[in-house]
Amino acid sequence: MSFKLSEEQAMLRDAAREFLAEKSPVSELRRLRDEKNPDGFSRQLWSGMAEMGWLGVLVPEEHGGIGFGAVGAGLISEAMGRSLVASPFLSSAVLAAVAIREGGTDAHKAEHLPKIASGERIYALAADERPRHDPAAIDASAVRDGNGFRLSGVKRHIPEGHAADAFVVSAMLDGEVALFLVEAKAEGASTDARALVDSRYAADLTLNDVKLDGGALMSSGEAAQKALDAALETGRACLSAELLGAGETAFDATLDYLKQRQQFGRVIGTFQGLQHRAAHLHSELELTRSLAFKALAALDAGTPDAPMWCAAAKAKATAAGRLSASEAIQMFGGVGMTDEFDIGFFYKRAQAAGEFLGDDRFHADRLAKINGY
Amino acid sequence: MSDLDAFRAETRKWLEANCPPAMRKPAVTEADACWGGRNFKFQSKDQETWMRRMAERGWTVPTWPKEYGGGGLTKDEAAVLKQEMRRIGAREPLVSFGIWMLGPALLKYGNEAQKHEHLPRIARGEIRWCQGYSEPGAGSDLASLRTKGEDGGDHYVVTGQKVWTSYADEADMIFALVRTEPDAPKHEGISFLLIDMEWDGVSTKPIKLISGKSPFCETFFDGVKVPKANVVGKPGEGWSIAKYLLTHERTNIVSVDSGAFAGGDPKRVALKHVGAGDDGRLADGVLRADIARFEIDALGFFATLERVKAEADTGQGVGARASTLKYVGSELNKRRHELVMSASGADGLLWEGPEETDGMAARNWLRSRANSIEGGTTEVQLNIISKRVLGLPDA
Repeated sequence: MSFKLSEEQAMLRDAAREFLAEKSPVSELRRLRDEKNPDGFSRQLWSGMAEMGWLGVLVPEEHGGIGFGAVGAGLISEAMGRSLVASPFLSSAVLAAVAIREGGTDAHKAEHLPKIASGERIYALAADERPRHDPAAIDASAVRDGNGFRLSGVKRHIPEGHAADAFVVSAMLDGEVALFLVEAKAEGASTDARALVDSRYAADLTLNDVKLDGGALMSSGEAAQKALDAALETGRACLSAELLGAGETAFDATLDYLKQRQQFGRVIGTFQGLQHRAAHLHSELELTRSLAFKALAALDAGTPDAPMWCAAAKAKATAAGRLSASEAIQMFGGVGMTDEFDIGFFYKRAQAAGEFLGDDRFHADRLAKINGY
Repeated sequence: MSDLDAFRAETRKWLEANCPPAMRKPAVTEADACWGGRNFKFQSKDQETWMRRMAERGWTVPTWPKEYGGGGLTKDEAAVLKQEMRRIGAREPLVSFGIWMLGPALLKYGNEAQKHEHLPRIARGEIRWCQGYSEPGAGSDLASLRTKGEDGGDHYVVTGQKVWTSYADEADMIFALVRTEPDAPKHEGISFLLIDMEWDGVSTKPIKLISGKSPFCETFFDGVKVPKANVVGKPGEGWSIAKYLLTHERTNIVSVDSGAFAGGDPKRVALKHVGAGDDGRLADGVLRADIARFEIDALGFFATLERVKAEADTGQGVGARASTLKYVGSELNKRRHELVMSASGADGLLWEGPEETDGMAARNWLRSRANSIEGGTTEVQLNIISKRVLGLPDA
């Protein structure tokens, strides 16, 4: 496997960085927060991302996407991390897209994937039910009802779930995992939006005896598990890339600050106590970059070690992202604690992105399991 | 079939026919490594055969030019050779400071006479080299070294003391940093000299380490006459050569592949000594987490190594990034040994016993403490990263 990007991938990376830096700098997140925007993201930016083709990055060309694979999605995620872009990209274009692509019937793919790619509708994956990520703990259940099903349960902490038009829901059916496609407007389905620490929203989805027709079942048993895993792993690798982008940007800002802030008659970047911490952080971010790329490339190559790389990447990115933002606050000193400086936004997002789809502890344990201990 | 595929097929066939089965397992003990030299005693006939066959093809130093005893392989071909050797578990036929350090220095800075005299002998394992850099008063501040070479016309008269000279007691020759221009600025008065350990006035004394072993020596020069023909590069250019080599060495220290973790893999040791619970998981949850975090960093380290190499091939160069690898790699290796010791419990405390491998865990653990001191301390690496990679200002 090569660490080199193809020409197309390099163009995608450059375009994503340029576009998002211009259209959605950190000040945009601040604006959305300050005006209490009910979406927590800009619909206009979302349309712009759709026009760039990014919402179809994981959707095959035959269904209206650009099929750039996990590396492509990771490059966009990384660029989003650099300026803390708020959008349902992870939920719709990554998690739901892969779940439908891998676990949907031909009819699901034909109907929903083009809508994901065009941004016409927003989708989300409803997998978790606990405060800490644990996609294997599924209490939601479906019972057969004539040709269809009745579905009940509470799915929690769905990023940007309040804006979703439809959900891919994991639930138990006949003692096995199954994936269902559920419309947000279905009778008995309700979402509530919660503002989170990172100035973005997540929602719980309550399913109260929701009546579904037979066509709502995407897959069940092993097929459903595989599709769910594929979606989660891709999401983890993309979040790793986002954390990398955020971590590196916070670090760059810190370095700039170390080079100009003066105390005791000297630039504080001359102090060895700070230099060594900066050098250590740089090394941690280097490992994160390598692991994130390995994970994304392994997903595209479909190699059996992909879950191991995804676990390692998400664990490292969570820890390094957190370290980068917390060191930033410490090195900025008092101003780092003020809302006026952007660093606080990075610290908050690092915590949220670190938690979603499993933090460093979750993935360390998972890696141990994968490696036989 | 591409040229590289043809090369692979040919290499595979040759290795199958020429690598003795006994050489197709990892080197475990010190004696498993072939260091070469005038006085080297081969561990076995197979070890000798393997080294000589590889040397004949120039494959002890695959990328060196053929005229100097190398294989003349391209980077890609050398990578294929390495992969094919790994495929059958073949160990390195020859290891030496000549291969890792002096060779690259001579290739870059040596004159033709020096290249023709020394490189083929390194490639054939005939001369074993050691390195004379550090002194009792010059460790991290290496450029303050005081071993002096006084001008004697066509030669220098060298007097002084070196320390931490690895295997000096077994080496045939030493490449040493010597102050030959006493009036020049600190970094500009040092020359890079090649000195035969058998010459009058050279003596060595082993240093016993906390591991009980003595891989390092003190080396004394007492009025040793060194011909000026043995200066590599120009007089006073020694510091540039040393810096080039240190970067090279750092890349080297970290160019261990995952095979280097064999025999000391914390999870295997833990499963053996602690065992698994009913759920099949390592029975100690905290140790499990510590090992998992180590493994994540190890994966990150090897992935970074791969990435840096890939980027170096596209012309970005390793440069100061070698310091990141050196820092991470050496701290990681210390952590690995700490975990192996912890996972072994009191069994890991064994110092000696009837088996050759008895006491190895403890001794390797102790030896690993030097990883973050030798070749530039961790603190020096962090200084280099701060200044040369991050651009933080000097005090």
